[in-house]
Order: sequence, then C-alpha cells, then structure tokens
Amino acid sequence: MTRYGPDECDVLIVGGGGAGLRAAIAVAETDPTLRVAVASKVYPMRSHTVSAEGGSAGVIKSNDSIEEHIYDTISGGDWLCDQDAVEAFVNEAPKELLRMEHWGCPWSREPDGQVAVRSFGGMKNKRTWYAADKTGFHMLHTLFQTSLKYEPVKRYDEYFVTSLLVDDGRCQGVLALEMATGQLHTIAAKSVILCTGGFGKAFPFTTNANIKTGDGVALAYRAGVALKDMEFVQYHPTGLPFTGILITEATRAEGGFLLNKDDYRYLQDYNLGEPKPEPVLRTMELGPRDRLSQAFEQERLKGRTIKGPYGDYVHLDLRHLGEQHINERLPMVRELCLKYEKIDPVTECIPVRPVVHYTMGGIHTDIMGATNVAGVYAAGEAACVSINGANRLGSNSLTELLVFGARAGQAAAAYAKESPDFSPRLQALADDAAQDIEKTWIAPRSKRSKDTIAGIRKELHNQMENGAGIYRDAKSLQTARETVLELQERAQHVALQDTSYTFNTELTAAIELRNLLELSSAIIESALQRTESRGSHQRTDHPKRDDEKFMAHSLAYRTEYGTAPRIEYAPVTITRWPPKERVYG
Amino acid sequence: MQKTITIQVKRYIPEKQPTPFYQDYEVPLETKWGVLDALTYIKDELDGTLAFRWSCHMGVCGSCGMMVNGQPALTCATFLEEYLPGPICIEPLDHFPVIRDLVIDTDAFMGKLKYVKPWLIPAEERSVDDGENRQTPAELAAFKQYTLCINCLLCYSACPVVGLNEDFLGPAAIALAQRYNYDSRDAGQTQRHDVLLDHGGAFDCTLIGECSRACPKHVDPTGAIQRYKADGAMEFWKRLLLPRGAAKR
Repeated sequence: MTRYGPDECDVLIVGGGGAGLRAAIAVAETDPTLRVAVASKVYPMRSHTVSAEGGSAGVIKSNDSIEEHIYDTISGGDWLCDQDAVEAFVNEAPKELLRMEHWGCPWSREPDGQVAVRSFGGMKNKRTWYAADKTGFHMLHTLFQTSLKYEPVKRYDEYFVTSLLVDDGRCQGVLALEMATGQLHTIAAKSVILCTGGFGKAFPFTTNANIKTGDGVALAYRAGVALKDMEFVQYHPTGLPFTGILITEATRAEGGFLLNKDDYRYLQDYNLGEPKPEPVLRTMELGPRDRLSQAFEQERLKGRTIKGPYGDYVHLDLRHLGEQHINERLPMVRELCLKYEKIDPVTECIPVRPVVHYTMGGIHTDIMGATNVAGVYAAGEAACVSINGANRLGSNSLTELLVFGARAGQAAAAYAKESPDFSPRLQALADDAAQDIEKTWIAPRSKRSKDTIAGIRKELHNQMENGAGIYRDAKSLQTARETVLELQERAQHVALQDTSYTFNTELTAAIELRNLLELSSAIIESALQRTESRGSHQRTDHPKRDDEKFMAHSLAYRTEYGTAPRIEYAPVTITRWPPKERVYG
Repeated sequence: MQKTITIQVKRYIPEKQPTPFYQDYEVPLETKWGVLDALTYIKDELDGTLAFRWSCHMGVCGSCGMMVNGQPALTCATFLEEYLPGPICIEPLDHFPVIRDLVIDTDAFMGKLKYVKPWLIPAEERSVDDGENRQTPAELAAFKQYTLCINCLLCYSACPVVGLNEDFLGPAAIALAQRYNYDSRDAGQTQRHDVLLDHGGAFDCTLIGECSRACPKHVDPTGAIQRYKADGAMEFWKRLLLPRGAAKR
C-alpha cells in the first residue's frame, strides 16, 4: 500500500470559511476515526464569510411556514432552482441554525430570550436570524472556535491548493503551495470538498474580498467537473462607491428608502409596488436584488442618478430610523459609513450603487455536494446545487453553507470510508503538477512580455463590467469573449518580478488571475448562449424569459486553455411549483 | 496642493538579504485611500515583490494589521489623509517573528487561542429537538462586547507584557475566554480557570491598558482581564483552601 506519511487524510476540505468549517465538523461527527483536514490560503477567520452582514434564513416562528420559504426561494430564483434541493435546504435550515445557537452564536434576541428574526428582500415573512449586522462574522468565528474542540480536524493554514490529483477518474488529493516556505506539498485524500467561495473578483466593483478569486471552482473545472449556471452573477443594489463595501439589505428591512437625485423613491416606477412609510415585505425596497439593481441601471440611463467621482450613485436614506435604532440594529453600517465615506447615516444619506456580490453559478453538484468526478465534492458559494437559481435571496447563502457544508461533509466521509487505497501513481501525478507550476510561473520567460498581473486584471475587469454586467447583449458578450481569451494567452507570458520562495504573493496573485480568467470565460460563454432574460441574467436583445428553451441549467465544460468552453444543458428539477410569472409589489 | 505621499516600508526578504532594510515609495495622494490602498498601489504599479496580507478591505477580517508610524493599526481602516504631509512608515506588527516584509508569524497566537477552550461548554448537551436556549438581551449584553474580536493582533503588538513574556496568553485570548465565561449558556469556567490561573495566564497582565487603546473593535481586553482577576482570585483561594472544593460553575 502506498502511503504518504503525515500528509495523508481521509477527507480534505479546501477553504476554511463557513462551508468548509461546517463540513469539517460534520466529518468529525460522522466518524471520529476519520482523518479530516482543512487547507486554506488564509487563516480560517479571515475567510469572506466574515463580511456577511444581514442574516441567515430559517423558519422558526409559528406564523411562518416551510412552504412559504420554499416558494419565496423558488420564485426569487426565477424558477431555475432545483426544487428538491430547495425543499431539503428549507427543511434542514432551522436545525442547522439551532446548532449554531447551541455552539454559542450570539444571535440577537427578543425581550423574552427567543431568537429574533428580521425581514429580508424577497421574503414574505420575517425569518432571517441575525447577530446585529455582523451575522457572517459571528457565524464564522463561532464555527472556527467550535472546530477547535474537534481533535481530528487538522489544519493547513496558508496553504494554497494549486491542483486536484485525479487518477483513474477518482480524485485522491491535491498539490498545495505552503505560502510561508514556497514548498509544494502533496496532500493525499480519499475525498476532497471544495469550499473556496465565489469569484466576484472577476468584476471591478464588488463587495467581495481580495481572496474571492474562485480558486476551488477553477480547480474543479480543470479536473473535468462541469460548472453550472455561470451566467448568473448577483449585483447587490447597495454598495459604497469606490470601496464596494456592502451596506446590508437589513438597512432596507429596517425601513431605509432608496432615493434618486430628486429624492424620489424611484422603485415605484419598476413594478415593485406602492411606496409606504413602513417597509412592506416583497415590495419596493424589499424587492429582490436583481430587480433593484436593474432599476438602478434604468434610472441611470434616464439621467436620474447622482454623478460622483467613482461612478453614478443613488441615496439610501436611514435618517428617519433614528440614532437609537441604527445603533442597535445596524451598528456596523454606521461604523462603515463614518470610516469609509466620512458621513453619518443618522443625519445624512448614504451614497450607494449596485456592486457584484455573489455568484449563483459554480461547481455542478448534486443534492449531497457530489460532482461528476468521483471523490470531488463542493459546498457554499463555490458550489451550485442549485437552490439559488437565477437570483439568490438575501440571507439564504449563510444558511446554505451550513446545510450543504454539513451534507457534503457527511457524503465525503461516507465515500472516503468505502474508497480503495491510493493509486501508486499519485506521487508521479503530484510531481507533474509541481513541474507545471515551475514551468508556468518560475522558469525564465522565452519572450519578454510587457504585461503585468495588475494590467491584465484591469482589462479583465473592464470586459466583465462592460460586456457581462447588469445588462448584456450578443455584441457586448462577443467582444468580452474574444478579449478574455486573448488575455488568457497573454497571462501565460507575464514575468514575475518576485523570484523568492518565501511568502510570494505575486505568484499566488498570478495563479488567482489565471483562475479568474478561466472562470470569466465560462461566465461569458454561458451568458452568450442563454438567449433569454431570467433573474440576474438580462439580455437586452432577448428581454423575455423563455421557459421552452431555457428552463434548464447551463453546464460549462472546459476545453483547451485559451478556448471557449463547451456548453450543455440539464433539466431543472420541478416538484410541486410549476413555473409562473414572478410578481412583486 | 500635495499630489503624492511617501510610504516608507520596512522590507525583509530572508532568501535575498539576511537583514531588514527600508524602502521608500511615492504614491498618489488620493482622497479616500487607506494605507492599504497605497500598499496595493505599490504592489500593482511599482514593486511586485512587496509582501503583505489583506482581504476584506472593510475592517472585519483582521488580516492587515501593521505598525503605522509606530502604532499598531488596521491599514484598511487608516487613511493617508491622517498622516499629511508624510512620510508614512509601515512596519510589521511588533512582538511577532517576521516571515517576510510585512507578513508576521501568528502560529503561536493560534495555539494560545485554542488553549483557552474558546467554545461553548454547556452544563448538559442539548439536541436540536430540545430547541433554542433562551437568552435575554441583557444576558447577551453581558458578553457581547467580547465577541467582537477580529483576531487582528493589534493588542499583542501594543501589549508590553507580550513583548517580554512569550508565554503570556495575551489580551485577545483572555478576552475570548471571558466571552464564553460570561455567556449564560456556558458552564465551562472551571476548565478555563485551569488555563487562566496558570503561568502565562491573566495574572501576568499588569493592567496598563494599551491593548484596549489599540483595539479597533472596542473589545476592551483590559476590562475583560480585570474582571477575570476578581473572579480568578476567588477561585485561587478556594483551590488553595479546598483542593477539590472549588465550586463548579
């Protein structure tokens, strides 16, 4: 039997955010004898789950129902969600949130000590659990701290995974770069769960952290896993201009207004209902994110937004909520505005614009997180199960990483236990992958290129914003397609200035850029071939939803590097909720 | 009007040069730019070899702590305009071994964090079928402040005791232990006494208060430690007088 010494485990999780940590705990609880490890390019508590603000949805109150949460999610996703997955998700959500409560998550409370819930966009009832407006922060720290008590969970902090090692159609581990030393390590694993988050950093204006470069999604893609529904990219309607910092939807749930340059609540012009002084669920400012971002863009075209040095914006008005309410429910919003915009939302309006926030698409998995490559699993934003369809509802994603993190952990554990020994070719595979890195990035260039990582990244951002943004058409997408393929080629020749092995962040940035380029190409191709408009994917040349042709998931398969992917389609699972028109207001 | 500002960075690249050195960079003085924006500008436009950690750019991930003009700071939440006319000196956080440039080695801290048992230890295990624990807003408020730590390590850099005694658990780890000790759902204080009363525990703190001044999230580790000293002293005497009698909590 081939052994790999200490760097051998049963289940390896790549990514230490919410989904990864939940998966690790699930593996440890499924079978404490399993060796489980978490490898991440950052320390777990730095993961982007930390930035989530508003809350996590799950039916807990007696005036709410499982049925309604399911319906809100399916209609919010414009009928592209797999309904069996949504049912499982909504059913398991309360249990997962209760476990977080038992693990110490500091949920905000009602006066009698029950967990409090708030309204959220696109949700018909109050069902969003929250910890003030730092819900993701508290969930991540609770999961991280809880994970420390599980002895079998080993961590590879600041290990950047560069390839999956697949032999005989079965994934058996990864190659990972230890950032502190620059050494490449083979970590053998019976199964691998990818929990590396989304790829919002393909776009210039985003709420996403610097680390959100879709590394795990790209790893899967290169290993032959299909990427599902990549064309669906969510713009959050309220980010700060310049920094892209998220101003949570909870501001609107608490009663905030969106105003154009004439102080007019412009959402009333976009089929989102009548303006009322109090927030009304599923109407106006509490409509879904795709509709609100599209309304902004329409207002901009009408010249009714406000011009600023970092692009056009509108006003988010919280002044009528009062200082005490803002401090109690939205302390981070106030803190962020004071710090980064030098304004106080108690007395001033907040400038906001739509910013890329979440990628609905990702690694094509089944309802247990399994992919079409044996031994590869995925969960969280990196995965596309799909419960989010064409548009995710706010506060479903934090719950998603719990429910599907746990499911993927259980499934990967079961698979690892049944899995045969490692292939004798594993080390040879790892050596090849290591040589590839050496050849691509470290070896001296044969031809001198003037390109830089930052320069190519900037060109990519322009293409994605202009070609594949809130509104798209065949022409804009074709231009983006050609440019991005050319950028892929040029990225191959970028010469790194940094030739040191110790903590070489230029090398990791180069790998991240290559990942973003490949994923961008999949976004563009999927968007080009979907000649309809649905949820967050709006084609000005095909403005209607076309259920006959596109009630289907797109699946992007990688071809050669530098060529566009092959797109296929798979049916959407419909159980009890046949497609209808999506109505708000 | 001033158009640029000088950023003076302490560099250390062990493979290339065994001793640290300082390097100056001239960056545009943009309104709204944080110190971190200046560093990413350097990385993207001037010098690809500069190494530093960053991620969220909104003061919550805790990655980008550095010394800015001698004071520990989150560079994403510290702005160029606060340092006019410059120069601004950026160094790695004090009291940590340096891996490279502005990147410090935090492994010792990660070990200390685990050592204080920072997880909920309930009096008895509950299953999800038992439903939620009730916790009133007042009970939540009793520990909420201590949950706000982002592990940015500015407090370790500010604390003179950390600089002298590498065994000291340090402000963030003790505040985190207290976060669970004061949680109405927790019954693990006895187990945490074993750690906090030990060598390197809370009594090594001299209550200078630098950690609380450095904390960007107003966690007030000094307050947490001070409160512990009252509880811990009682426990210490109980343990001395009644070896097995110290009350379980």
